[in-house]
Amino acid sequence: MDKTYYNPADLKKFGNISEFEPKLAEKFFDWYGEVFKEGALTPREKSLIALAVAHAEQCPYCIDAYTSSSLEKGATEEQMMEAVHVAAAIKGGAALVHGVQMMNQVKKLSM
Amino acid sequence: MIKSLSARAHELSSTDKQLQVLNGGLFEDGSLPTFEDKVSDLGQYPLKPNAIEIFQVNVGYMCNQVCKHCHVDAGPDRKEIMTRETMQMCLDVIEKTGIHTLDLTGGAPEMNPDFRWFVEGANKRGVKEIIVRSNLTIIRSNPKYYDLPQFFRDNNVRVVSSLPFYNANKTDRQRGDGVFSKSIEALKMLNEVGYGIESSGLILDLVYNPSGAFLPTDQGELERDFKKQLRDNFDIDFNSLFTITNLPISRFLDFLIATENYEEYMEKLVEAFNPAAVQGVMCKNTISIDYLGYMYDCDFNQMLNLRVAPEAGQHISEFDLEKLSQRTIVTSQHCYGCTAGAGSSCQGTVA
Repeated sequence: MDKTYYNPADLKKFGNISEFEPKLAEKFFDWYGEVFKEGALTPREKSLIALAVAHAEQCPYCIDAYTSSSLEKGATEEQMMEAVHVAAAIKGGAALVHGVQMMNQVKKLSM
Repeated sequence: MIKSLSARAHELSSTDKQLQVLNGGLFEDGSLPTFEDKVSDLGQYPLKPNAIEIFQVNVGYMCNQVCKHCHVDAGPDRKEIMTRETMQMCLDVIEKTGIHTLDLTGGAPEMNPDFRWFVEGANKRGVKEIIVRSNLTIIRSNPKYYDLPQFFRDNNVRVVSSLPFYNANKTDRQRGDGVFSKSIEALKMLNEVGYGIESSGLILDLVYNPSGAFLPTDQGELERDFKKQLRDNFDIDFNSLFTITNLPISRFLDFLIATENYEEYMEKLVEAFNPAAVQGVMCKNTISIDYLGYMYDCDFNQMLNLRVAPEAGQHISEFDLEKLSQRTIVTSQHCYGCTAGAGSSCQGTVA
């Protein structure tokens, strides 16, 4: 197999992080499990948020996992793509809003 | 329209080949536990049946659709059809045993020329419930089927219909171009005669199955979505939604292998194994019968040619309630499909 930084098979090994530090891993996975349970938000809404964040973070593991999860929670393809657009819009907006800082600096430096 | 695996002489049209896949690979090299191992760990192997309540009769593999995931490998090119003589044997057993439900499936069961005779005969024999698993589009496929809704109503048949999603996109990709709009027309016709309408007493249930290599969602939540979407967009009502897991056999197995999803899907099913679902699997209260009269623990075993254990008598002509109730249920790795998550059966979730 080609050497790459990302190997799809590694996703299944996520739980193995407990091998080097079990206590913190246990706390993380408990918390993680609790976060995704039905609460004020439905599991489907949580999956769509996770899918959006996965794109913002550009985490290939998370994109695979939450594409699958969103489908299994009954999300439509339109909902999933809208979630990705929300992530992209915030990423784009976050870059653009710094244009104000650039403008401030231009104005400060310029006569 | 694609052809059946059988008409294409595809290697997976051989049940031996399918079983070889299911028993080999990850299960052979020990990466995943076999279904037998998993159920043995619970102390519940071999699986034994409870009382037989449902007689699920497959009246033939002919169908007007060729759905991509079909576990029957049904289609217009399948000519296997149950004769009136075999139906007569089924009716005799129903009368003798008092089995309460006759569940008719196929193919499109309505395409069997003796379908109506069989339904009327079952009613005369006093069966308490008759279910027809209708693909909906058959009702709109030919004028000779246009009166099926009235026929169902007059014979007090409960209609259970596949509709994998509440939009055309996902439905048509799985079931064929134009299937969604024809299904909507058929659902309207069923509503018109009273099916799915509260207080009519005429039951219309829908069946959801995932349109790909993933597990079904929560049945209750999806039922709410389906009810809202079908009511708001098409003015359609129905009673319950059943979610069914795709089992890795026949055309769905072909899809899994061709798209390199097979291993991951099997891992998913095994990981989602739910001990609570084992008690509710449908083979515990169902006998499946094929077009020739042979008996199976379920319709999936029928498609894998895994007949009931020989000592129970394998043909309807040898039907013996006592022997069948003592039998050991035949299983393989596809059975993981019925025990994943909330479980899966022809009546939806089981746990």
